[in-house]
Amino acid sequence: MRHLLSTQDLSREDAILILDTSAQMAATQEREVRKLPTLRGKTVVNLFFEDSTRTRISFEAAAKRLSADVINFSAKGSSVSKGESLKDTALTLQAMGADAVVVRHWASGAADRLATSGWMHGSVLNAGDGTHQHPTQGLLDAFTMRRHLVADPAGADLAGLTVAIVGDVLHSRVARSNVYLLHTLGARVVLVAPPTLVPIGIEPWPCEVVHTLDQAIESYDIDALMMLRVQRERMGGGGAAYFPSTEEYSRLYGLDGDRMRRLPDHAIIMHPGPMNRGLEISAEAADSPRSVIVEQVANGVAVRMAALYLLLAGEEGDQ
Amino acid sequence: MSRPIVIENASLFGDTVASLLIEDGVITAVSTGTLEAPADAVRIDATGLVALPGLVDLHTHLREPGREDAETIETGSRSAARGGFTAVHAMANTTPVADTAGVVEQVWSRGREVGLVDVYPVGAVTVGLGGTQLAEMGAMANSKARVRVFSDDGKCVHDPVIMRRALEYAKTFDGVISQHAQDPRLTEGAQMHEGVVSAELGLAGWPAVAEESIIARDVLLAGHVGARLNVCHLSTAGSVEIVRWAKARGIDVTAEAMPHHLLLTDESVRGYDPLFKVNPPLRTQADVDAVRAGLADGTIDIVATDHAPHPDEDKDCEWAAAAMGMIGLETAVGIVQKTMVDTGLMTWRDVAYRMSALPARIGRVEHEHGGALTEGEPAHITLIDPADPWVVEPTASASRSNNSPFGGIELPGRVVATLLRGVPTHLDPRFEGAFA
Amino acid sequence: MTGTIMGAPDIARALTRIAHEIVERNDGAEDIVLLGIPTRGLPLAHRLADRIAHVEPSFDAENSCGALDITMYRDDLFKNPTRTIGVTSVPQGGIDGRVVVLVDDVFHTGRTIRAALDAIRDIGRPRSVQLAALVDRGHRELPIRADFVGKNIPTSRSERVDVRLEEVDGEDAVILRKGP
Repeated sequence: MRHLLSTQDLSREDAILILDTSAQMAATQEREVRKLPTLRGKTVVNLFFEDSTRTRISFEAAAKRLSADVINFSAKGSSVSKGESLKDTALTLQAMGADAVVVRHWASGAADRLATSGWMHGSVLNAGDGTHQHPTQGLLDAFTMRRHLVADPAGADLAGLTVAIVGDVLHSRVARSNVYLLHTLGARVVLVAPPTLVPIGIEPWPCEVVHTLDQAIESYDIDALMMLRVQRERMGGGGAAYFPSTEEYSRLYGLDGDRMRRLPDHAIIMHPGPMNRGLEISAEAADSPRSVIVEQVANGVAVRMAALYLLLAGEEGDQ
Repeated sequence: MSRPIVIENASLFGDTVASLLIEDGVITAVSTGTLEAPADAVRIDATGLVALPGLVDLHTHLREPGREDAETIETGSRSAARGGFTAVHAMANTTPVADTAGVVEQVWSRGREVGLVDVYPVGAVTVGLGGTQLAEMGAMANSKARVRVFSDDGKCVHDPVIMRRALEYAKTFDGVISQHAQDPRLTEGAQMHEGVVSAELGLAGWPAVAEESIIARDVLLAGHVGARLNVCHLSTAGSVEIVRWAKARGIDVTAEAMPHHLLLTDESVRGYDPLFKVNPPLRTQADVDAVRAGLADGTIDIVATDHAPHPDEDKDCEWAAAAMGMIGLETAVGIVQKTMVDTGLMTWRDVAYRMSALPARIGRVEHEHGGALTEGEPAHITLIDPADPWVVEPTASASRSNNSPFGGIELPGRVVATLLRGVPTHLDPRFEGAFA
Repeated sequence: MTGTIMGAPDIARALTRIAHEIVERNDGAEDIVLLGIPTRGLPLAHRLADRIAHVEPSFDAENSCGALDITMYRDDLFKNPTRTIGVTSVPQGGIDGRVVVLVDDVFHTGRTIRAALDAIRDIGRPRSVQLAALVDRGHRELPIRADFVGKNIPTSRSERVDVRLEEVDGEDAVILRKGP
C-alpha cells in the first residue's frame, strides 16, 4: 500500500490483510513490553487541520509503539481563515523528511490532494477528511465486529453479519467508510436516519436505508448497532436544522435500554465517540455489557499500527 | 493606412467557398470567383478554413480593476483574440464593482487602449453586488460605455422584489438583466452538483433545483413585467425545460450555455482537483445531453465562455478552499466544434449565429458586431481550421491564469486568425509570412 | 552438488538426534519451551517436541511449543516487499526463567536469529536461549552459532536451500538449487 485514503480503495484481500495484521498488533499490546522496533528511523507526522485529540493520540500511540519518530503538526485554519496553505504545509513536511503523513482535515478530499498533487512523496494516511472518509475508523469497527461476532476471526471476512448504522449519514465520514468496507467484507449494511440526514444520490451505495430505529430493529436481525454522533450544529432550533428538536431525535433515533433489549442477545453496540449521552445513546446502553465502545478505542491503536506498518514497511515505492 | 487583405477561398459559415477583400477595416468585396485585389494586398490562403464573423462573448471575467494578478484587460483581450473573439462583455464583479459610470467607463476605455477586442462592460444590478439596492443603471447606460447588459454574476439577485424592479427599470434603456440563477439558501456551502458523486465524495451539494427555481421565478417575473431576461450559464436539464416553456409562452428570455457544461460532468470531480470547481457546477451526463440538445434546438440561444481566471494559489489547494471558475476563451471554439459540430448537432452557420450574431443582439451591440460576411460590414472575421487537432496546454494560454480543466484534452480544430476591423489581433504562425 | 540433499528418512533421523541432544544438554526436558520461527520452524518445533516427549514422557509436548514471528524485528524490512506479519504464540506459563529453544529450518546469515533474540526480549526473560536448525548452510554475518544442527551443508552464496515439509509442502525434503 502506498496510501490509505478511502475504504473504497480496499479489496477484500487488502481489508483482511489489514485486519489480520491488526490482530497481531493487538496481540503485542497485551505484552509487558508493548514497544516494537519495527519502524525505527521512520518519521510519522500527525498533521491536524481540525482538532481531534482522540484520533491524534491514537495515531501517536500507534506510531510510537512501532518506534517511529512522531511529529505533531497542528495547522489551524478553516475555509474562512485559511492560515497556511495545504501546499506549503506539504512542502514543509517534505523538507522535514516525513515518511508518512497522518492527515485530519476539515475539507473532503484534502488527503487525496496531499497524496496526488506531487507536493510530497511520503505515504498519506487519511485520518478523516471533511465528510468523506475516515478509513481507520471503518477498519477498527470491522476489526471489533470480527472479534466479537466471527467464530474463527483469523483470515475471515464479515459475511452473514447485519450492521445497522444510525444517525447523521449525510455528514458522516464514519458512515461512508463503514458502508463500503463492510460491504467489501460481505456484511449487510442498513443505514438508519431521517431523510434530511441521508444524502441525495445515495442509491448506488451498497446498503439499505430505513427511516426509524424501531423499523430497523423490527425488520433486521442486527448483529452490530453503530450509533453516530449528532453534531451540535445540526441540531434543532436554527432555521436550517435537520430535525425539529433533540428530544424528537432521541425519541426516534436514540438507543435506550428498551430498544437495546429488543436487539438479538449477541448484538454488540458501537459508537465512534465522543458520545452525546442522553441524545443518540443512553447511559444504560453505553455502559451495558453489550457495549464495545471502549474496546473500539483500544482496537483503534492496533488497527493504526497495522496501517502504519503496511504503509511504511517494504521497499521504497513498493505497492 | 494598413494594407488591404484578401482572404482567398475561405469557407464562409462553413458552407460557401468565397474570397473576401478587406480595406480600411471594412469588407469591400466578396466573390465566389476571382477577386480583383490591389497589388499591395496581403494574401491569406484560407483553403480549408472556415470563416465566421468575429465571435462575441456575453460572459467574460477580465478581473481588472482589482484582481490584476489573475487577469488584466490586456491579457484577457489577448486571450479572447486567440479564441476568435472580437468582442467581450466584461462582468461587473471586479474590485471596485462595476456599479457606477466611473468604473464602467474605465473598463471601456482601457479596452479601447488595448485594442485587441471591443470590451463592453457589464454593469452591476445592485450596489456592490449586495442584492439590496439597485445600482445606477441609467448612469451606466448613458455613459461612454453604453452599458446594456446588467448582471450581479457571481451572485444571484435573489430578492424577488429587487429582481422585479431591475427587470422593469432596465427597459428604460433597452437593457437586459443577466441573472446568475442560484438560490443562496439552497446552496450554502455548496461545493459541487448534488447527486451520486457528491454523496460519495462527501462534498456539500449544489442541487439543480437551486438553479431551476430561480429561473422559473425569473421567467415569470420577466413575463409579468414584459422585460428582457438573460439566463447566465444554464447548466441543468430542468433549466432547459423551463426556458423552453417560457419561450413557448412568448416570454422574452435568452439563455447561455458554457463550453464546460457541454463537455464535462461531475464525474470529473472525483480526483478533487479544484480545476473542475466551477459555479454553477459540472452536472451529470443527462444534463450535458439536455444542454447540448437545448442549444441545438435554439432553446438555449448562445454559447458564452464564463472565462474566469484565478491565480495558481487559488486552485493549488484543497477543494473547499479553492476558487470557482475556469478560463475558457481559447478553448471555446474547439469545444463547440467537438461537442456540437462534429456530432452533427450544429452547423458552422449555427455556430456563427449562437456565438456572434445572437450574443451581439442580446448585448445590443449588433450595430458593431455579429454582422454578416457581406460588403460594407466591419471586417470582424474569425478563421477556423476545423481539421487541425491540438492538445490543450493551459500554461500556453495568453491569459494571465492557467486554470483550465481542459489540459491534455484534444480538440479537433483551432482559431487560426482573428481580425478586428480588418486588423489581425491573432495570427497563426502559418500566416506571419504573409504580413511580413 | 545440487539436488535433494536430505530425504524424509534423513530429516526424521536428524530431528530424533536433535531431540536427544536437547534433552542431554539440558539434563532432561524440564522447563524447555520450543519456539518455532514461521513458516517452517513451526512444524519442526512440533516434531521436536513430540520426539522429546518420546524420550521424556513427563514432557508436555502440546503445552511446550510456541511460535515466534520475527517480522517486526527484521533489519531488512525496508529493503524487501512488505511482509505479512505472522502469529506469535507463547505456551501458557510464558518463557520467564525457562529454557527457550529456537527452531528454524535453515540457519544462514544469523540475522533472523538476531531478530528472534530481540523478539524474545520483548516477551519475557528466559534462563537461556538455544538454537536448533535443520540445516546450517554457513555464510554467517553475525557472531551467532547454533546449538543443534541437523546437517551442515556447504553452499555458495548464490545457491538456494529449500526445505520442504509435509505439513506445509506435502513432502519432506531438503533441496539445494543453483542460484539465479
